[in-house]
Amino acid sequence: MLLNVAGVHTYYGSIAALRGVDLTIEKGEIVTLIGANGAGKSTLLMTICGNPKARQGQVTFDGHELTGMPTFEIMRNGIAQAPEGRRIFPRMTVLENLQMGALNGDPENFDEDLRRVFDLFPRLRERQGQRGGTLSGGEQQMLAIGRALMSRPRLLLLDEPSLGLAPMIVKQIFEVIREINKQQGVTVFLVEQNAYHALRLADRGYVMVTGQITMSGSGRELLADPEVRAAYLEGGH
Amino acid sequence: MAVLAAEPGAAARGVDWRHVLKESALAAFIALMLTITMVGLRTLDSGGSLIIETRFPEVAVAVLLVFLGRFGLVLTREGMPLPVLIGGVVVAAAGLFLPLPATVLRVMTVAGGIILALRAGWVLWRHSAVTADREARDLAMDRVGASVQRVTRYVAPLAIAFAVALPFIPGLNDRSSIDIATLVLMYVMLGWGLNIIVGLAGLLDLGYVAFYAVGAYSYALLATTFGWSFWLCLPLAGVFAASAGLILGFPVLRLRGDYFAIVTLGFGEIIRVILLNWYDFTNGPDGISSIPRPSFFGLATFTRRPGEGDTAFHDLFGLDYSTVHRVIFLYYLILALALIVNFFSLRVRKLPIGRSWEALREDDIACQALGINRRNIKLAAFTFSAMFGGIAGSFFATRQGFISPESFTFIESAVILAIVVLGGLGSQAGVVLAALLLIGMPEVLRELEQYRMLAFGGAMVLIMLWRPRGLLAHRDPTVTLHGGGRGAKAGEAVAAAGAPAQ
Repeated sequence: MLLNVAGVHTYYGSIAALRGVDLTIEKGEIVTLIGANGAGKSTLLMTICGNPKARQGQVTFDGHELTGMPTFEIMRNGIAQAPEGRRIFPRMTVLENLQMGALNGDPENFDEDLRRVFDLFPRLRERQGQRGGTLSGGEQQMLAIGRALMSRPRLLLLDEPSLGLAPMIVKQIFEVIREINKQQGVTVFLVEQNAYHALRLADRGYVMVTGQITMSGSGRELLADPEVRAAYLEGGH
Repeated sequence: MAVLAAEPGAAARGVDWRHVLKESALAAFIALMLTITMVGLRTLDSGGSLIIETRFPEVAVAVLLVFLGRFGLVLTREGMPLPVLIGGVVVAAAGLFLPLPATVLRVMTVAGGIILALRAGWVLWRHSAVTADREARDLAMDRVGASVQRVTRYVAPLAIAFAVALPFIPGLNDRSSIDIATLVLMYVMLGWGLNIIVGLAGLLDLGYVAFYAVGAYSYALLATTFGWSFWLCLPLAGVFAASAGLILGFPVLRLRGDYFAIVTLGFGEIIRVILLNWYDFTNGPDGISSIPRPSFFGLATFTRRPGEGDTAFHDLFGLDYSTVHRVIFLYYLILALALIVNFFSLRVRKLPIGRSWEALREDDIACQALGINRRNIKLAAFTFSAMFGGIAGSFFATRQGFISPESFTFIESAVILAIVVLGGLGSQAGVVLAALLLIGMPEVLRELEQYRMLAFGGAMVLIMLWRPRGLLAHRDPTVTLHGGGRGAKAGEAVAAAGAPAQ
C-alpha cells in the first residue's frame, strides 16, 4: 500500500468538505477519483498534500504518516503534484519551470530527468526557451506534468489535467499518463471530471459525492455501472 | 475601451457628442476642484501679516485648457483626429500670442496644444485606432525591453566604465556633479536592494526606509558613542538591518499582497516614530550630528592637518590638499557598494534561492506544491533586502554627517519603490535608468523653481502611460541549454548530443 487515506475529515472553516474518506492506492496503480463539481475531489487531493490539513483521520504514504506535516515537507517525500489550473510560472521559460520542479532533487539526475521529460513531451523540447505564459493550454498542462516529474516522484497527483483542453489534446495527455505509469513505474492518482477517459485509463476508480466515497471498483466495472453511467457519462463525454 | 476603436476616416458618424462633452466637463470639474485652492488662492506676506491673494484668471485658463485637452483626446478616440490636429495647433499658436496671466500658463498652453496635435497626428498617421490592441502593444513593448536588455549586456560595462571615470572627466568632475552622481548612486543601490524583495520575490514592501534608518542610526550611534570606525560599522549596520528584516519578516510571512504592503508601511512608520520619541537613545527630533567621516580604509584621513598618529590622504599620495578628495572617495565607495548589490542580485537569480524568489512572485501555491518552504524563502528575501538597505543607510549617515528622523519619512520609501516600479520590476538596468530620471531630473529641473515637482509628477505620469510595465519590463531567462541556443535549435542540440546540459 503506497498511500492510505483513512477516515479523513476536512473542513473549510466550519463547513465540512470531506466527511470520512477512505481510499488506498497500491504501488504501480493508476487510481482515479471522479465526481461532480464541488464534491470534494480537489479537497481530498489537497488534504493529501497537507493544505488544508485533515481535522480527523490519517494519511500515510509508504508507511509514513503525512497528517500534520507542512506541505513543503510532504512534497519532498516522493509525492509530486500537477495542480488544478496548471499553475506554471508564466514569466519563466519552459526550461526554468522544469528546473523549479527539480529544485529539491539531486542535481546529478537533472540532465537525465530533463531528457526523460522531453522524450515524453517533445513539444516542450521545441519550446524550452519560450516563456510558460505564452504556451497553449495543452502545452501548459504538459509542462505542469513535466515539472512534477522532475522531482522523480513515486506518486504523481494530477488534478483535472483535462480541464479546458480540446478532446484531441485530452487524449494525448491521457496517453502520456499511461506511459508515465507503465514505462516509468510512477503510481498515479488522477482526479477528474472527465469520467469516461479517466475510468478507461485507470486500474481502479472511486466516485465521490458531497465529501464521501460512494462507490469504488475497477475502472471497467465503474464504466459499466448504470448509476455511474447515468450520473457522469450520459450525454457523451 | 476597445469598443471605441473606430476607423478615423469614419469620422462624425459615430461621435456621441453628449458623451464627449460630459467627459470633458468632468475633467474640467476635477481640474477646477484641484486648482481652485492650489492655484487660485495664495498667501502673501505683507508687512508682518498674511493676506490671501486670489488668482482666478489663472484658474480659469487652467480649467479651460484641461477641458480642451480632454475634449481633443476624446474626439481623437471617437475617430475625429483631423479637427483635433488643427485645433491643437490653433491652441498652441494662441498660447504664443495671446496675453496670458502667467508664463507657466503660456508654456502649458503651447505644450498642451502641441502634445494634442502630436497625439492626433500619430493616430492619423497610423491610420488605426488609438487603443488598437493592448496585447500586441504589450508584446511589442516586451520586445523593446528584450532588445534593450540585450544591448544592456554591452552597455553595462560601458556605463560602469563611465561611472568609474566620471571624477576625471573634465566638465563633470566639479563638486556638485559628483554630489549629484553620489546621490543617484545611493538611490540606485537602494533600488537594487528593494528590487530583491519587490522585483524578484514579488512582495510589495512600502516600508523599506525602515531598514535604511536602522542602518543609518546603527552607524551613527556606534560611531558617536563608542568611536568605532566606519569600516567596522558598515557590516554591523548590515547585520542590524538584516536582523530588523528578520524580526519584521516573521509576523508578516502569512500575509500577502495588500495586507503585506500595509504592514510594511506600518513598520516603516513605527521605526520613524521610535527614532523620534526615544530621546535618550536617538536624540529624538534633534538627530545625531557630527557623525565621523570615513577614513581611507583606516590608512589615512581626509583632513588638511591630521591629528597625532594619523596620516592625511593627500600626504599618503603626495597630492595637494583638496576637499574634493573626500567627495570622490565617497562617490567610489557608493559605486562599489551598489555594484556589490547588483552582482549579488544577478548571481542569486541563477541559484536555487533566487529562482525560488522568482517562482514565489509568479505563483506561490505552485511553489508550495513543488516542495518549496515559502516561509524561509520569503524570510531570506526580506533579510537580504534589509541588509543592503542598512548598508546604504550607514553610507548615508557618514556622507551627511547628520541624521534625524526627518530623513526617513514615507516619501523616501515611495521614491525608492517608484524607482523600482518605473524601471520595470526586477530589471537591474531599469533601476539605474529610473534613478537617473527620478533623482537626476529634479536636480536638473531646479530652474523651474516652484513648478519643479509639478513637472516631475507630470513626467512620471507620462512614463507610466507610455510604458505601463516600467521602462525596461523584460525578464531575461537565467538559463538556456548549450550557451544561449533558443527554442528548437537548442532542443535539437540536446537531442543530438544526448544530453550533458548546462
